[in-house]
Formats: sequence, structure tokens, C-alpha cells
Amino acid sequence: MRKFVLALALIAAPVMAQRPPAALAYTQLPDPAQEAEARALMATLRCLVCQGQSIADSDADMAGDMRALVRQRIAGGERPDEVRQWLIARYGDYVTFDPPVGGTTWPLWVAPIVLLGLGMLVARASFRRR
Amino acid sequence: MSGKRWVVWLPLCAFGVIVAVVMWGLYLPADRTVHSAMVGKPLPAFTLPPIVPGKPGLSDKDFRQGKPRLLNVFASWCIPCIAEAPQLMTLKAAGVPIDAVAIRDTGPAITGFLRRNGDPYARIGDDATSRLQLALGSSGVPETFVIDGRGVIRMQHVGDIRPEDVARLQQALAEAEVGAE
Repeated sequence: MRKFVLALALIAAPVMAQRPPAALAYTQLPDPAQEAEARALMATLRCLVCQGQSIADSDADMAGDMRALVRQRIAGGERPDEVRQWLIARYGDYVTFDPPVGGTTWPLWVAPIVLLGLGMLVARASFRRR
Repeated sequence: MSGKRWVVWLPLCAFGVIVAVVMWGLYLPADRTVHSAMVGKPLPAFTLPPIVPGKPGLSDKDFRQGKPRLLNVFASWCIPCIAEAPQLMTLKAAGVPIDAVAIRDTGPAITGFLRRNGDPYARIGDDATSRLQLALGSSGVPETFVIDGRGVIRMQHVGDIRPEDVARLQQALAEAEVGAE
């Protein structure tokens, strides 16, 4: 029995080691306008441990700490874009779901326009033939 | 008209190219490692309180004393941290100064972890809400940073330190020593 209790305690030990989540991880800001700004930003930031989810959607501890960071910085008067830039400076463009236009991402914006133009040319040519 | 016959095959060729690109992307082994963009930049300013009795906390000033150091991001609740502990002890035995930041952890849990797995650390800072981890561009535990004597981040090692990684870290430390003079 004592061995069983000891085994249970060992299994539970990593759980007991955890701190409670950061103050603003699951708590809204008192100012609704700031909370709305923070929310909108969180929905576009990638959770770095769950990767496919935004920090607004994720229950990972690190996502909670990132939400707390976003709320604290917004409450401290920073613009959402400044907070985004702060994170990009540390994690690269990977951290944002709204990637800035740059060296490797410009085809994302240009390709649809080019393809639409090509399609219109093809359509015009084939209508004219009839 | 017959001169333009080949044009008919262009869309199929374009489709083939797209299929090839997609297949290549699907079969390429995926690398989901998030690398810090802070490598090559100075450590951000921080001051972390101590977490275990008898061991000082950690601040960025501890890394500006002329000698390269390792900064190990770890936690007692992290399983790969147990796996890398022997390699950290090897590095300590080789004379490498190692400081640590404990992520979302508690004093008693850290004390137990160090008792079970050895204690390679000169200082341990208490990062209860991942503040320093986020400022470093670190995306998990364990991670290890090589910091030169002027406090500039020279290398990031993501994941546990395997026996085969020890030499690479020592080389990075040696290069940091030369580069900072």
C-alpha cells in the first residue's frame, strides 16, 4: 500500500510542480476596448507549442503566458502592432498568422492577381474565337 | 494552326509541376523547430529572483563578465530535461559555467529535481510566467543558449542535449570566447 501511495505521489509530482497560470492568461482586461484589441491580436498569434492553433484557442501553458504578455502590454498602452513586432523580433514571422509582405511572402499576394489576369486573357481569347 | 499544337499541353505541364511541388512538400521530413531570432543579439535586460535556497537568482549582468556561459531553459516537470541532465553534468565537469532559468516551477520541485538528476547550475532564476523565455525567443523546454562574455547570444540549442551534442556546444563556447575579445 505504501509503495502504491509512493508511486501515485511520483506520478503526481510533475503536476504539483506546476505554478498556477499567469494572472492575465484567463482573465479579461477591465477596459473592454483594450480587451477587444488584445483579443483580436491573440487570434492572429501562433501558439509555439501547439503550432496549428492561435494563442486565443490554445490551452497550452505557454499560450496562457503569451496571452498574459499580450494583455499586459496592451494595458500598458502599447499598440497591437508593436506587440506583434516585439514577438516577430524574437520568433520570426512564424509567430504571426498574418505574415508581412517580404522577401519570401510576396508571391502570396501577387500570385492571385497574376492568375486572375491570366484567366481573363484565356477567357477573352476563347470567346473571341467563337 | 498546327504550329501552336504544343500550347495545348501547357496547362497539363503546369498541373504536373504543381503536383510535383506538393508531393515534394509532403514527403520532405517536416522540421517544426522554432528557431529564435535573437541569436547574434544581446540578451534582453532581466532580473529573476532565486527559486531554491542557497542558490542566487539570475540577471543579464551575470552574463557580461567576460567569460562565455550556458543558459539552460528547463523545468522540473519536463521529461527531456531529465534526459539531458547527464550531459549538463559532463559539461560542468569540463569546467563550463552553466546558469538556468526555471519555467513555471516551484522551489521544492526544483530541489527534488536537482537531488535526483544532479545540479550543474551556478544560478537559477525563477520565471513563473515565461517572461524571460518569451523575451529569448525560446519556444519550449529544454533549450540551451550559448552566451558570450559580453552578453551576446551566440547559439541556440533546441531540445535536450544528447551526448553527441556536447562537442558542438563546447566548440560554440570556444568560438564565443575568441569572438568576444
